[in-house]
Amino acid sequence: MEIELEEGSVIAVIGGGPAGSFFSYFALDFAKRFDLSINIDIYEAKDFSKIGAGGCNHCGGIISESLSQMLATDGIVIPSNIIRSGISTYTMHVEQGEAIINAPSNEQRIASVFRGCGPKGCLDISTRSFDNFLLSLCKQNGATIISEKITKAKRVDDGIIIESKAFSEKKYDLVVGAAGLNTKTLEMFSSICPGYIPPKLTRTYISEFHLEKEVVSKYFGNSMHVFLLNLPNITFGALIPKENYVTLVLLGKDIDKEVVANFLNAEQVKECFPKDLLLSDSAKCMCYPYINIEAAQNSFADRVVLIGDSASSKLYKNGIGAAYITGRAAAKTIIFQGICKTSFKKSYEPICRNLNIDNKVGKFIFFVTKIIQKSNFLKTGLLQMIINEQDKELKKQLMSSVLWDTFTGSAGYRNILYRFLNPTLLLTFIWTIITANLKNKNYERKNTRASL
Amino acid sequence: MKEKTLGHLYKDGEIIIKKGTQGNCLYVIQEGKVEVIDEKNGQEIKLAELKEPDFFGEMGLFEKDVRSCTVRALGDVKILTVDKKNFYKSIHQDSSLAYRLLEKMSNRLRQVNEKIKF
Repeated sequence: MEIELEEGSVIAVIGGGPAGSFFSYFALDFAKRFDLSINIDIYEAKDFSKIGAGGCNHCGGIISESLSQMLATDGIVIPSNIIRSGISTYTMHVEQGEAIINAPSNEQRIASVFRGCGPKGCLDISTRSFDNFLLSLCKQNGATIISEKITKAKRVDDGIIIESKAFSEKKYDLVVGAAGLNTKTLEMFSSICPGYIPPKLTRTYISEFHLEKEVVSKYFGNSMHVFLLNLPNITFGALIPKENYVTLVLLGKDIDKEVVANFLNAEQVKECFPKDLLLSDSAKCMCYPYINIEAAQNSFADRVVLIGDSASSKLYKNGIGAAYITGRAAAKTIIFQGICKTSFKKSYEPICRNLNIDNKVGKFIFFVTKIIQKSNFLKTGLLQMIINEQDKELKKQLMSSVLWDTFTGSAGYRNILYRFLNPTLLLTFIWTIITANLKNKNYERKNTRASL
Repeated sequence: MKEKTLGHLYKDGEIIIKKGTQGNCLYVIQEGKVEVIDEKNGQEIKLAELKEPDFFGEMGLFEKDVRSCTVRALGDVKILTVDKKNFYKSIHQDSSLAYRLLEKMSNRLRQVNEKIKF
């Protein structure tokens, strides 16, 4: 049976992170274009104006190139007080050295942000939260923000009833799950969304190093530092400059204190910071948040849809971008198609499927990255190829552009793989691996003779 | 001008797009103002003044023709460009991304019609 929103329909959005905000913003925008009056209540228990864990959604906080362009097209300008730093280059570190990859355009398109109002211990009251900014856009568009935690949800014939500690029952025409990876809330959705299986998770590590603004500028500039070091359990490590902070993000398997300590002890990591800084003692704000590594299943039903991390995200990268994609797709579906299962299947599911297929290719890309990470032979070639490319015109920077999109999450993994399989890139890579390693060997021989 | 704002910084008076040149991207103002100007008999005519989050250069996304006007920075301005390729890819995935563009273009057409009437 077709179910559509009517004049005055009410929608509950559970979770006011980027997915919930993007959904609400676009649903209200599309409804306005459609001359339909709807009401949206966003339930968010967290106060994003708080400093520290209480106001944070635990994430690296990168607005990718593709997302900033889509937001610009939508007329959403991220205010300068939300942006901590604009990122214009990536510095890749391997044991053999480092190489800078410049942005393909001569403008800053990547921003680092804080999801909350700054890390624990932050004294800068001017720090503004990205999540709060998005919520304020929803409020401006007419959404109501309710600072409540939902405790129960049940299905009735003509809607969904939700409960919280503050009110006994409230009936909605549609309930949208944007609770991120909050397992308790996601379990609650299983009761109103038959067959819903929450996403598979893994732990990551995020910490914030507080430094002087001038120190961050001197040591990091506008460059995000990424590490492909042969360290156990770490697939990817990154240092993100954020004005007077540097955020460390570690992705991998079973990341714990020991894995983090190994990373912080690596020479290549220590060299990024001032010599006198004891890294192990410097991060006052740290967490081991979960990320989505395998999409949820059956994330919609009549009058219920789950979005963002609660449904499908992008593997390892650009989670905010995935929240935008799924939030917007769900908003488009409920306004122009309907709120029944068949409408979501027709209009929303293909978008999630597209992300899920891309993630499968992403797993393969990270598998290849892992092989490169473990091999000094391959890393020597990779590093040399990037260095060689930086003096060439943009079109000829094949490897650099592939790595740029892998690191920034700006392009889909299928697109990245397709470009990586370019015969010119592969042949140049093989040739550079051979020549760079031979050059290294000759250099080592000369040095050995000299020392003898 | 806040240095952290996304985009490229154009200084006061700097030409952002020049009439008669080829274009293949959309320009979105992130901070500051620009003026849209045309030339008639060697005289400059100011057609419009735009500010954030306005955009310009949209014709370059749909036509292969050259830019129809010159756009100049009015004070320091930060502009973010959206590549034609990225724009079409995004529109292919989600056509609703074109709403704002269509709305603005329709709005500009109405303004031109009104100018012709008088």
